[in-house]
Amino acid sequence: MSASKATRRRKKIDFVSLGTQLLLWGYAAVVLGPLLLVVNNALRPSREIFKNPLGLATSPSFDSFVKAWEKANFNTYFLNSLIITVAAVLLATAVSALAGYMLGRYQFRGSAFLSAYFLAGLMLPFRLAIVPLFLLLDDLGLVDSRLGLILVYAATGIPFSIFILSSFFRQLPQELSEAARIDGASEFTLFGRIMLPLVRPALATVVVFQFVPLWNDFFFPLVLLRSTDKWTLPVGMTRFFGEFQTDWSTLFAGLIITTLPLIIIFLLATKQIIAGLTAGIGK
Amino acid sequence: MPRPRQFFRKWRLPGLRAQGVGTNAPSWGIVALFILPAFLLYTVFMIWPLAQSFYFSLFEFKGLARGSFVGLHNFRELFTRYPLNEQLPRAFLHNVYFFIGTMLVQNTLGLLFAKLLYKPRFGKRFFQTVYTMPYLISALVVGYLWSLMLNPLFGPVNRVLKAIGLGAWARPWLGDPATALPAIILANAWQWVGFPMLLFSAGLANIGEDLREAARIDGATRWRLFWHIELPLLLPVIGIVTVLTFIGNFNVFGIVWAMGGVNGEPAGATDVLGLVFYRTAFRGGVDAFGLASALAVLMFIFIFGVSMIMVNLFRRWEENLR
Repeated sequence: MSASKATRRRKKIDFVSLGTQLLLWGYAAVVLGPLLLVVNNALRPSREIFKNPLGLATSPSFDSFVKAWEKANFNTYFLNSLIITVAAVLLATAVSALAGYMLGRYQFRGSAFLSAYFLAGLMLPFRLAIVPLFLLLDDLGLVDSRLGLILVYAATGIPFSIFILSSFFRQLPQELSEAARIDGASEFTLFGRIMLPLVRPALATVVVFQFVPLWNDFFFPLVLLRSTDKWTLPVGMTRFFGEFQTDWSTLFAGLIITTLPLIIIFLLATKQIIAGLTAGIGK
Repeated sequence: MPRPRQFFRKWRLPGLRAQGVGTNAPSWGIVALFILPAFLLYTVFMIWPLAQSFYFSLFEFKGLARGSFVGLHNFRELFTRYPLNEQLPRAFLHNVYFFIGTMLVQNTLGLLFAKLLYKPRFGKRFFQTVYTMPYLISALVVGYLWSLMLNPLFGPVNRVLKAIGLGAWARPWLGDPATALPAIILANAWQWVGFPMLLFSAGLANIGEDLREAARIDGATRWRLFWHIELPLLLPVIGIVTVLTFIGNFNVFGIVWAMGGVNGEPAGATDVLGLVFYRTAFRGGVDAFGLASALAVLMFIFIFGVSMIMVNLFRRWEENLR
């Protein structure tokens, strides 16, 4: 009696875990299917895609990548995206490390207010400020300028960076700074030589976490950049999709070129990405 | 672009004040040198323009030039001038659908995957990585990718449906006003499902194993364990996910642009507030900037206000459960 109950129970569990496996692999296919399809179709000419959308690239060729890169201006867009994103991330990380250090290590008059002031940026929808921002940049001669976009992007990265970095600086042991001060180190030496190297993991999280949304951002360059030679990948993509409507192979290649740097980052920094996404919850 | 996922964090910090950290701050000059670069950049390019939006909404604009003070005129115009008076409520409704649809599909799936994957198991890391991957891709790229997938003539989705005998379901997904918005909501969920999954996984991992053990000894089934123990304990995370979904969905822009164009085709069936705001500001008439500022103020107050209400509701709910 009890034995049969036990087997029934085991069977039920097997059924559940079978369903679980099916579900997990099924959804993995839903995610990976379209991505593999993109790669596959970028490697074969458009007329083959139209003949058989699900066919395999039997003789892979990189022609469409060359076409997207040279004819569709992806070389220009890619370089612009790279310059703007890297410059903005470096600028935001540098100023945030300085401010995060001060706010994380010391209490002074106004330090609580300043922390709250920077943190508030985490929940403000900055896109809604585009009209005054546009007018401000126009006054400064920074509309249709890469520098203008870099400054805006750097500013948007500051709240998250300060949030992460100050909480890391705060956790460093007090004895470190005392020892350094006894040795006569200045505040800048203490910061640059001792503290900054110790928060390297946080710096990595901050860099990766700013890079992704800035690389992908579409709204600000759409509004702030006019000349096509300054366009970043997402804005360039809108024109590209109009011009190459009938050339799917090139379209797919364009999608890959745009995403490739992020895939590389993801593979190199999965840990930082997951840490950043779940920062503040649990372990 | 704004990264709203950090919204709740403010309350979950170990404490804003430095704890146990030396209070012997350096001199004011040094403090200023450290703080000022970030403060200026952040204030000049983010906070100041945001504050100015409120001020500008009360003025009439002629192109880039600010004209005279017109009080609430711009706000009235938003609700009376054609076609804004028709587009605005419709777009708002679409954002509401977007939020409900995302909660039902994306966040429910996220919770399910988290439940299946929070414990160490074979392939856990693989599945988590795969499910989170699309989050990296630009919303615009995801939109274009799915508009190719859903293409009525050459799109693989319809082909697959025909191949497995569901040819009757094949349709021009993005061309039909009835299916266009749901299709975009699903594409968006495809991109984001990894995010609630990771948050729920972290939440589930925090629930002590002894609690589960105790429930099991008391004879609780899997379902009762989930429903009566795990779900109530997940309430804080559910709150975070809900508020972040709300903020994200009311700011949605790129994916809708890619799949429905700047006007939210077909026939405005996918128009959302983000597109209306963009069109009002940069494809509008000569007084566009005043109107757009007014719209920005309304959206700001609504998104911020509702988020705050949600935060409080969830907090009260949490306290009631204790």
